[in-house]
Amino acid sequence: MITAGIDMGSRSAKLVFVEELKVDGAPQLRWGIKGKHIMFPEDMDMDVAAEKLFTEALASAGIARDQVTKIVSTGAGGKHVKFSTGYVTEVSSGARGAVFMCPTAKTVIDVGAEEGRGVKANAEGKVVDFAGNEKCAAGAGAFAESMSRALQLSLKDFGEQSLKSDKTIPMNAQCTVFAESEVVSLIHANTPKQDIAKAVLDAVASRVCAMARRVGIEEDVILIGGMVHNVGFVQSLRTSLGVDKVVLPDMPEYVSALGAALIAQDE
Amino acid sequence: MARYPSETLKLWKKAKQLREQYYIDYARAKDKGGIRWSGSAWALDAIPEGLGTDVYLLTGEPYAASVAHDPKFNKQCLDAAEAAGFARDLCAYMRSYWGGIYINKYLWGGEFPKPDFNFQTQICCSHSKWYQHASRLEKVPEFYIDVGVGPYKDLDESRLMYVVNQGLESIEWLEKVTGRKFDDELFIKAVKNEMRSTSLWAEICTLNKAVPAPLDEKTIFSLYCLATLNKAKKWCADFYEELRDEVADRVKRGIAAVPNERCRVLSDTQPPWAFLKIFRYLEEYGAVSVGSLYTFGLEGIWETKPDGTWGPRTTPMAKGIEMNTREQAMRLYADWNLSKPQFQHFYDPRLKTEMMKTMVREWSVNGVMLHLNRGCEGLSMGIMQNRLGLAAAGIPVMTYEGNMGDDREFDLVRTQNRVDSFMETLNLKREFAHA
Repeated sequence: MITAGIDMGSRSAKLVFVEELKVDGAPQLRWGIKGKHIMFPEDMDMDVAAEKLFTEALASAGIARDQVTKIVSTGAGGKHVKFSTGYVTEVSSGARGAVFMCPTAKTVIDVGAEEGRGVKANAEGKVVDFAGNEKCAAGAGAFAESMSRALQLSLKDFGEQSLKSDKTIPMNAQCTVFAESEVVSLIHANTPKQDIAKAVLDAVASRVCAMARRVGIEEDVILIGGMVHNVGFVQSLRTSLGVDKVVLPDMPEYVSALGAALIAQDE
Repeated sequence: MARYPSETLKLWKKAKQLREQYYIDYARAKDKGGIRWSGSAWALDAIPEGLGTDVYLLTGEPYAASVAHDPKFNKQCLDAAEAAGFARDLCAYMRSYWGGIYINKYLWGGEFPKPDFNFQTQICCSHSKWYQHASRLEKVPEFYIDVGVGPYKDLDESRLMYVVNQGLESIEWLEKVTGRKFDDELFIKAVKNEMRSTSLWAEICTLNKAVPAPLDEKTIFSLYCLATLNKAKKWCADFYEELRDEVADRVKRGIAAVPNERCRVLSDTQPPWAFLKIFRYLEEYGAVSVGSLYTFGLEGIWETKPDGTWGPRTTPMAKGIEMNTREQAMRLYADWNLSKPQFQHFYDPRLKTEMMKTMVREWSVNGVMLHLNRGCEGLSMGIMQNRLGLAAAGIPVMTYEGNMGDDREFDLVRTQNRVDSFMETLNLKREFAHA
């Protein structure tokens, strides 16, 4: 059985196909990733974007539409995927996907564009408790993106630059607008960009860490979401969490889509 | 997907009418030479009742909650308070109430009815300031009774007498500012009314332990509010007696408030009044909010029964205790009010956590939804400690951010997403969607 998980995030849409693996013709409780696809919709029409994503993903994976028995959507725009057979929140899909990627994970930290959250999951990838940022972008990828713009650095350079700094500059991470004005002040004070970048990422990590602490940090900790690609953030988070290791999965931005596809298999 | 029979509450209309009449009576009190006074829902209502049978009260919080339910009018009020220089992070009810004075408009039409005096208790960090500023604006006298004497479990003679003596002093003050003679008999009657109202309300809430719940919290909001209006009036106590009988009958016949009930949650603090639809949203999952410490214990007076369960506090009248003098009544009245569950968390969040754990156990609750209410510093105090305490006890708990009286601070879609996630953790799938 092939299922699809579609994660309609606020910056990008991701799709993962999962196929049940069989040994000697008998179904096993294991699945393989059959294909994945990502696109960055330019318009806000979630329905059109989802259809386009699905069509492109089918073509690239060489799967016929009628081979896909269930489609579960997730993410900020997940409810708008009209052709999906089910919907789960990104909290559930993230946890399911993360525990699939790292079966020993108990704490899932998910930092996407719009929201950061800490999730406590059980061995089956079910959510036990969760906490997320409330009505502000601080503690989410959009915050880091906004700050990198203020520093006129690409997101990649922003993370890499921060690794060159050994300074600790406290920064307000409660509000993106206030934080940006702090960044401007630091620029005017001739603070090196690498130090500002580290200050920003330390602040984001501190916010995310506080959310994770609300549910309790238990190892293994796995980090998912687009911010995994930001090396500076990962370093700041490791320090802030005070744990031996933070598991960084392959294809971190696909984990929620993967989780949705697995939940479709579970059903 | 109905699992239980359901029917409309017969007393629903009467509750609405009583509430409406209360606000009209207050506005028209001067037509018949009556007295108008204002204070919070925690003011000691029974004391001014000794001034006569034509005394009308406007409690600030339920008034502001009604204003919040009308976002257009609420915005006018909040804008006026902000224009006067008050910050948005102050108590939303207080800002809305002050705004009504600034624009001189009453939600029920006409000018904002000025009270003859403000009479207030002090336990919440905003309450005294609220009426202090209102008194300045309205140029009316003010009196405050400090009830912050520590948790009821630690109440001793000196703490009790501290409140009793202020109550007795307030009577002299009331006589002075109104020029009326205080009638002890009316006061004692009012104390008895209040004890009946608040014990009966707790009894009604106790009936909600039944599965299915005879009342859902969206309905409870419209019922508990009568006690917040004027619990010392006979009409309030009489209504609760009728309501108790109707709810008991619903329990007996297995009538559910939410016919597809399969999950029970507990909420916390005032809800975002302009978005009560979140409680209807829960129903899509078969979840019913059976109450909260807020709706149960803001006015309801409780006690631990001999079998260890939580139930309505037995009134002194039921115990055969005499109440013949002003002093005697004031002592019993102060003791009664100091046992209010919602007072306790001001002293230690652990007291609130323990009460919530009791409620979870006795009301068969599956999960708790905590409202991080930016509009109320008092009732939100310690709420994250409550979260930790509940989670440590293995109780599923979610938080959502909002404001009871300022709809600019509430994100409906995000809150619904939170509810979706929470319901998933409780293994629930949506059963239907409201139109």
